[in-house]
Amino acid sequence: MRRPFSRKQRGTILAGMLAFVMLLVVLQLWLLSATMNAYLGGDESVIWPATVASFLCLLLNGGLLRYLYKLDGTR
Amino acid sequence: MSGDGPEDDPRSPLDPLLDTPRREGLTGTAPADRYKPVADPELVTTPPDGRPMELQPAWRTDFPVDWPQDHYVERRDFMKFMILTSLAFAVGQAWIAAMSWLRRRRDRHPELRIARIDEVPVGGAIEFAYPEPHDACVLVRPREDLLIAYSQRCTHLSCAVRPQVDRGVFHCPCHEGRFDMETGRPLAGPPRRALSRIVLANRGGAIYAVGVEERTI
Ligand code: FES
Repeated sequence: MRRPFSRKQRGTILAGMLAFVMLLVVLQLWLLSATMNAYLGGDESVIWPATVASFLCLLLNGGLLRYLYKLDGTR
Repeated sequence: MSGDGPEDDPRSPLDPLLDTPRREGLTGTAPADRYKPVADPELVTTPPDGRPMELQPAWRTDFPVDWPQDHYVERRDFMKFMILTSLAFAVGQAWIAAMSWLRRRRDRHPELRIARIDEVPVGGAIEFAYPEPHDACVLVRPREDLLIAYSQRCTHLSCAVRPQVDRGVFHCPCHEGRFDMETGRPLAGPPRRALSRIVLANRGGAIYAVGVEERTI
């Protein structure tokens, strides 16, 4: 089977996904540093919501990775 | 033979004699152009400067890097690395959550008698350990009517802070951090969080430590 996208199209899709992944990773970094500050300061209220948010970001990233494999795999 | 014909071009991939009239087939070959590969646009490589192959230096034909594919692979690997980073951040977040859960389970603040009030001189300080034997704390009395105690652990990198009662600050010698004595808030240097305050109680003229109050600012 031929790939459904041309090489150029795949390049563009990859660039878009990469931008999204970077955004999510930066968000996670911010969550981690804010949560660490809250934990050290004895503020427990934000820890669980931030953990859930971080795992949601990871889930989204995992989905994009799956799509990337699919994009590469069809030939 | 001299001239600028393709037969002089060292990059020409085919023996030019193969294609001369009446020679086709003599060597058991067909006309060269019969097997000329049809360029698949997916496989055509573009040099980084975008100029045609004829204008590229000769060495490039020996190292035919497929540049568009190379860029694609680079970005793909970077994306995979970023997703690994994302996993690491999520694991870190889970670690903080686990630590906080453990801390809440372990949290116990026993009462500890520190000293009698009249044993603490005005302008003086007394060191003690609370809540665990390795948690160094300091009780200060900057004024007659003010007794205040903090954990000695600097909120930057955990060096022990020292009271400078005459200046009204705690000084951290590691990176010149300073904290306000009355509030415990950071004044100078790298620390961003206030010192943990020890909650005190006056029981019949004696001072007891009864809790620890951590603060984000
Ligand atoms: S450890 Fe106190 S300022 Fe760095």
